[in-house]
Amino acid sequence: MFLAVLIALGISFLLILVRLIIGKTTFDRILAANSIGTIIVLAISVHGFYMGRPEFIDISIVYALINFIGTVAVLKLFDKGTLGDK
Amino acid sequence: MLDVSIEIISIISFILGAFFILTGSIGLIRLPDVFSRIHAAGMIDTAGASFIILGMILQSGFSLITAKLVFIGIFIFFTSPITGHVTANLARKKGVIPVGKTKGKTL
Repeated sequence: MFLAVLIALGISFLLILVRLIIGKTTFDRILAANSIGTIIVLAISVHGFYMGRPEFIDISIVYALINFIGTVAVLKLFDKGTLGDK
Repeated sequence: MLDVSIEIISIISFILGAFFILTGSIGLIRLPDVFSRIHAAGMIDTAGASFIILGMILQSGFSLITAKLVFIGIFIFFTSPITGHVTANLARKKGVIPVGKTKGKTL
């Protein structure tokens, strides 16, 4: 059951990777990278359950935090050309 | 009896989550412009992630793992709309024209 979810997450990862490569604008690529981050957060958790060691959830929490901060930081850098003070 | 029903609900939740994630990633390829692709990405982040995390919560019983999974679910559920809003706002500001609007017509 966990293996089936992992296979579905892998197929979805490959489909989003197509959009990440062919995306016309920068915003398509940022959106696809954010979605890949969410997919990887889920995949780390499900992989922990699949191997019988759910302690990997801690890594998954940190990955979710870094994914959000990274996406907003890249968008701010693309908007203003700097991060914070000039 | 209770264990069997919890297992069945968990499997149904995993199937729904995998369905929503696959649908969202297909939509991320096939939809025409940025503003409609945000809809597909939001569906991956809210519906798919919530159902898969609900399935893992039902599998793990009542322990510390459940609390951590609830934290991940709440965090993804609240940050995904923020990311979509910031992306759409900046795309509009940088001059991306939505499909169906002619150039020069203001929204």
